[in-house]
Amino acid sequence: MNVWKRKGATVVATMDRQEAAVLRGLVSQINDMLMARAEEAPQDELAELTGIRTGPTTSPDDPILSRLLPDFHRLDPDKPDKTEQDSAAALRSLHEPELLEQKTGVAEVVLETCPPGGGRVSLTFEQADAWLSALNDVRLALGTALDVTEEMPDELPEDDPRSPHLGVYHWLTWVQDTLVDALAGD
Amino acid sequence: MTTPAATEQTQAEPAGAEVAAEDQPWQTVVWNDPVNLMSYVTYVFQKLFGYSREKATKLMLDVHHKGKAIVSSGSKEKVEGDVAKLHAAGLWATMEHTS
Repeated sequence: MNVWKRKGATVVATMDRQEAAVLRGLVSQINDMLMARAEEAPQDELAELTGIRTGPTTSPDDPILSRLLPDFHRLDPDKPDKTEQDSAAALRSLHEPELLEQKTGVAEVVLETCPPGGGRVSLTFEQADAWLSALNDVRLALGTALDVTEEMPDELPEDDPRSPHLGVYHWLTWVQDTLVDALAGD
Repeated sequence: MTTPAATEQTQAEPAGAEVAAEDQPWQTVVWNDPVNLMSYVTYVFQKLFGYSREKATKLMLDVHHKGKAIVSSGSKEKVEGDVAKLHAAGLWATMEHTS
């Protein structure tokens, strides 16, 4: 893949077939996880009547989903403050449906604009912002699964089972970072 | 810069000294995490809050070096909305009552 370049009101880059397949595969997986979470949301008649959707009140058990859908308060895992815990539950229930919609929305933008066989990717600034969010979600998911730290080396020992996946993580980091540069540059 | 949002001018200026503390009872906190890119976090602060590149960079560096930064403050509704937007961008944000 070459670096993102501004062209008028778009940013463009070229991806090879394998890069496009890796990116689309990861974005689809995250999208599926988010949609499964959305389907778990409680259904009640009142919500159907009022059109006000309510989401779950508790954080997902899955560490990846939990990182993608954070609590609104920082709760002490051992002895959370009762008032804050109740407030976090209410805020999650209120905001999670929209957050899921935004995250699946940006994933859809990537799937619509990244050609399955690779090739030229041309994005409006709005689409590029969706890519940034979607790339970030994928990196958060991989980073959580790989237990990435700030001191993560560029390569892990070959016998580390995470080693091949870390290469993908670093590549996604590069794709996101150069896209920010292309958008933020003058 | 693509988006120093002119649409959010009310949020662009930090609270003036004349603003009483009771008018800013809540604050938005962004926490450090090992995944989010420094360039991206700066970009998000500029885009969501209309902050200058300097201000956004300073807040990003506070998150990076001090582990967290207060990035906005105001009414519960405003801060709640800010946290929701930061979550959509993938940042680890929470809200707290100013003590």
